[in-house]
Amino acid sequence: MRALLEQSINLYAAILLIVSFAMISQRRILSLVHLYTAQGVTLVLATLTVAGLTHQPDLYVSAALTAVLKVIVIPLGLHRIIDRMNVRWDVEPLLNIPMTMLVGIVLVVFAFNLAMPISQLSASIARATLGIALACVLLSFMMMIVRAKAIPQVIGFLAMENGLFFAATAATNGMPMIVELGIALDVLVGVLILSVFMFQIREQFDSLDIRHLEQLRDDGKDPL
Amino acid sequence: MTLSGAVAQLLEIALALAGAPLLLGWVDQCRARLQNRSAPPLVQPYRVLRKLFHKESVVADSASPLFRIAPYAKFGCMTLACAIIPTVSTDLPLATAADAIALVGLFALARTFLALAAMDVGTAFGGMGARRDMLIGFLAEPALLMTLFCVSLITHSTSLANMVETMNRRPFGLEPSLAFAGIAFTIVSLAENTRIPVDNPATHLELTMIHEALVLEYSGRHLAMLEWAAALKLFAYSCIGLALFFPWGIAEIDSPLAMITALPVLVFKLAIGGVSLALIETISAKMRIFRVPEFLATAFLLAVIGLLVHQLLGA
Amino acid sequence: MIHIDWILLIAGGWLLLATASLLVLRATRIVARWIFPAGAALGLGLLVVALDAAFSPAEVAELVIGLPGLPMHLRVDALGAYFLVVIGVGVCGTSLFSAGYFRTEEGTAPGLLSFEYHVFLAAMTLVVLADDAYTFMVMWETMAVSSYLLVTANHRLASVRSAGYLYLLIAHIGAIALLMCFGILQDNTGDYRFSNLRSLRLDPAWSSVAFGLAVFGFGAKAGLVPLHVWLPEAHPAAPSPVSALMSAVMLKTAIYGLLRVCLDILQGGPWWWGMVLLALGLASALLGVVFSTVQTEMKRLLAYSSIENIGLIVTGIGLALTFHAYGMTALAALALSAALVHVLAHTFYKSLLFLGTGAVLHATGERNLGKLGGLIRSMPWVAWLVLAGALAGAGLPPFVGFISEWLLLQSFLLTTILPNSFLNMLIPLVAAAVALVVALAGYAMVKFFGVIFLGQPREDKLLQAHDAGAWERLGLLWFAGGVLVLGLMPTLLIELVDPVTRRLVGAGLAPAVHANGWLLLAPSGLERASYGPVAFLCGVGAATLLGVFIARGFFHGTLRRAAAWACGMAPLPVREQARLQDSAEGFGQPIRQIFETFFHVSRELPAPSDARPRYRVLIEDRIWLSAYLPIARAVDATARLVGRLQQGRISIYLLYSFLTLLVMLLLVRA
Repeated sequence: MRALLEQSINLYAAILLIVSFAMISQRRILSLVHLYTAQGVTLVLATLTVAGLTHQPDLYVSAALTAVLKVIVIPLGLHRIIDRMNVRWDVEPLLNIPMTMLVGIVLVVFAFNLAMPISQLSASIARATLGIALACVLLSFMMMIVRAKAIPQVIGFLAMENGLFFAATAATNGMPMIVELGIALDVLVGVLILSVFMFQIREQFDSLDIRHLEQLRDDGKDPL
Repeated sequence: MTLSGAVAQLLEIALALAGAPLLLGWVDQCRARLQNRSAPPLVQPYRVLRKLFHKESVVADSASPLFRIAPYAKFGCMTLACAIIPTVSTDLPLATAADAIALVGLFALARTFLALAAMDVGTAFGGMGARRDMLIGFLAEPALLMTLFCVSLITHSTSLANMVETMNRRPFGLEPSLAFAGIAFTIVSLAENTRIPVDNPATHLELTMIHEALVLEYSGRHLAMLEWAAALKLFAYSCIGLALFFPWGIAEIDSPLAMITALPVLVFKLAIGGVSLALIETISAKMRIFRVPEFLATAFLLAVIGLLVHQLLGA
Repeated sequence: MIHIDWILLIAGGWLLLATASLLVLRATRIVARWIFPAGAALGLGLLVVALDAAFSPAEVAELVIGLPGLPMHLRVDALGAYFLVVIGVGVCGTSLFSAGYFRTEEGTAPGLLSFEYHVFLAAMTLVVLADDAYTFMVMWETMAVSSYLLVTANHRLASVRSAGYLYLLIAHIGAIALLMCFGILQDNTGDYRFSNLRSLRLDPAWSSVAFGLAVFGFGAKAGLVPLHVWLPEAHPAAPSPVSALMSAVMLKTAIYGLLRVCLDILQGGPWWWGMVLLALGLASALLGVVFSTVQTEMKRLLAYSSIENIGLIVTGIGLALTFHAYGMTALAALALSAALVHVLAHTFYKSLLFLGTGAVLHATGERNLGKLGGLIRSMPWVAWLVLAGALAGAGLPPFVGFISEWLLLQSFLLTTILPNSFLNMLIPLVAAAVALVVALAGYAMVKFFGVIFLGQPREDKLLQAHDAGAWERLGLLWFAGGVLVLGLMPTLLIELVDPVTRRLVGAGLAPAVHANGWLLLAPSGLERASYGPVAFLCGVGAATLLGVFIARGFFHGTLRRAAAWACGMAPLPVREQARLQDSAEGFGQPIRQIFETFFHVSRELPAPSDARPRYRVLIEDRIWLSAYLPIARAVDATARLVGRLQQGRISIYLLYSFLTLLVMLLLVRA
């Protein structure tokens, strides 16, 4: 039974990686939110498993916090924003999807290689999955770069934080509670600010396409 | 070549030839039931085959002998494929002739013959169908190869019988690389067997056809051979998936009597597989032809990630 | 000493034929009926002798030709013998074909063409035999110059001349690199014999420089990216038998050179050498195959396909070098065997394909894919034999092209653990890339065969196409037979390759293969992987016959001919209907769309106001536009700068001499 639980951590890591890749190849913004929710659920399950195997009570609290925040509150908020702004589809990303996936593979190889020596030093059960967590972080970061609308960028930011959370679980059996709470608060405040920002962009340019932000360049040209 | 081996081999071939249209009929029935339609009888594909065999075959004026040979060649390739895949037993004498890589080559051979035959007649649809089918094939073939490699890396072998036996004997464990390989394999089977979301096997609009455009010029016994070969291909792909990812129940090389229990187990597994295929087809919509390369590229890259994850976690 | 004597005799025989053809410069009949078949017979002799020499110990010879004190050292060992087999195979079939092909003048007198041809053959043989750098370079140059003359056989066309010029230019840039490489290898001892070079222990930095120069020099001749730009120009420009020889045999001499320098003289090196070759090979393979799928001219398609195959061979060699660096000799032998088997397999099917295009060109006068079609009815012999070549080129079992692919993929799979984790992760990616390349090659071959031979003729004159003559059929049969028979007997190939791998990496596959008999190929044991092409073919054949039996045995077999389905419209005239089928551009369009970043596509779209609307798509090589053209412009600008010295006035030139004299006197005084 114990061996099965340990193997399930690997499975959760794999699911995280699949979801990160799926996020890169999605065009519909609603699917992105669903995938983010799926990531949250996987994180909760993984944290619970590590908590059960290592008998650390504060990981249970951390799992509960993650469940409330990342499975319920933030997806609800994102749904409301999407409804208010009425965005459904993303425009063609800056790099076409097969190329993005190829770059993704290169990032995965890079992350796996980087993580190999570090994971040997860790004492956590989930140390082999450090490479996967790092890969998720890099993939989400790339998603933020190549997307052309604001909401997928926000979701990329949130997914990056998910990856970091999993990396902490993998490397050090979870973070100290105070760091945990601090990061959670940061994420919440960040999402609030970003949503205000998105409303402002919408007001100014009547579209959420970030390429319009280039017009704000200060080189003496008349704004349109 | 032992007696039990020869018996197992012949049993597999007979099972495939007789049972493949039944699988097709089951999938059609499930799909109809899920879509709230009245379902065709389970033996409908047999009736279709019989009807087609009785009809006269009409061949275009401009067709060359290649056109008439291709359906039989495809049928031959698919039969051999079903013969080497361990469906009820791993004790197959023919399995030493072709391993996993040769199996992929076998599918490629069948696809090439059919594409050439489609181009033979010289109509617009033949060329279009050939081009689209080769497009799907050129991405699906490496994806299938990589999926088989995922399993080969775990079992250290490319011989199908050996792979299945090793997977059967391993203690039950959750292997992430197999999860990746499984998803990639599902996508590849959907593409290669011309199922929704890649292709609609029941379409009659020429511009949306992929596989249908290849067989547009065929009629009579040639079309019957092609339909039978398509059913065999679906049977083969389902059996590969079941043998690699759910290998329980397959008789091994030194227990020939286990074949008796292997048969009902196979039927059960295929029934569940048929239901899931029908479910996937009902839930998804057919995608635009320009999205299909991206879909297949996803499968290819998932399989490659499976290999990488195996190197990371297992090696 | 017998083998090397026989080989020298055969090379001398070719030179004799060359001189003989100079005497019968314009007599096409004598050249075609007597000289070329004699050359083919000598090629067959070379094949037999080389097959025997492959399993015998090495022999040396010394010819006192050339400068005094610098005799030509020659040697035939396992590696050389294998490549002599390749040469013999290619020459025999191509010469037989040429006997029927060179019936009309191609811009050069047939006697002159035959002279250049046989000198080319002799030069290639002596390149493989050479045992010191001097002989090697002299023969290398002879090979380059004679092939240049052959490429520009049709020199009245400007495009042919410029293609030949580009070929000669890149060949010479490569030759300079090779000269520098040999210069480094001899390490100031002044003795250029290979036996001496082998015994020297170079500084690792210098041996890496030599490796880099060797890759550059041999890569220029083999067509590795980025030195591949001459291949797609030179192969279409040359007459088809010459293209066949160049693609099937000459490129392999470059591979021979690479193996000789890297594995024999330098005896392998650090692991990153293998990675460099792997990267270059994969890049060539991907670029070659992607470009070949979008071509509209049949010989350019085959030329790019050659680049792809050379890329795959070099990938195999790179893998072998990497394994060798880590001491994994069994895996290195597997990878090297894959590369060597591919060398021979490629010779067979690429010659077949190029000679087929030659027959088509002779029959129709067209080389543009957009003007061919439906030739399977008027040229059945050529069509069915070329089909065997196309199926082999697509890497399909049970033909010979599948064996090397199978071995290469096996060597990827059975990689246990390399000490370097980064390399460990790269191996699956490389395997994936190889699988992709092979699948795309299948696409290109279907396009090649389908557009030329199947469908309806796109031009009226195609109906008068005549089938190939007797000599041409013989040549095509030679290669097609090899494609089929060798495909069914992979163990023979492994046994042939075994002495070579034993020599180069210290291990061979033959014992493992012997243990399983001649029907099954199982280099790593029966439980791990096995492939039995004879059983495979019998299985498919039996199942096909079963299908025929079921269809015709239980049911009737009536057949009716009718017009093809045309959406129910009134039947169009045949020429109009032929325009409805896929063009060559159309068949390659999906690949062009997916791989758009690889190409530089320039489109000319019609406007609504055009009186005669035109649609044109030009696909160009990015490397040519972004690397070669700027370099050419820079060279041009520098030359112009230097040209300013040439003022044209005598007083200025006297001034130059005077200034030089003054400077010299100053220096001597100091």
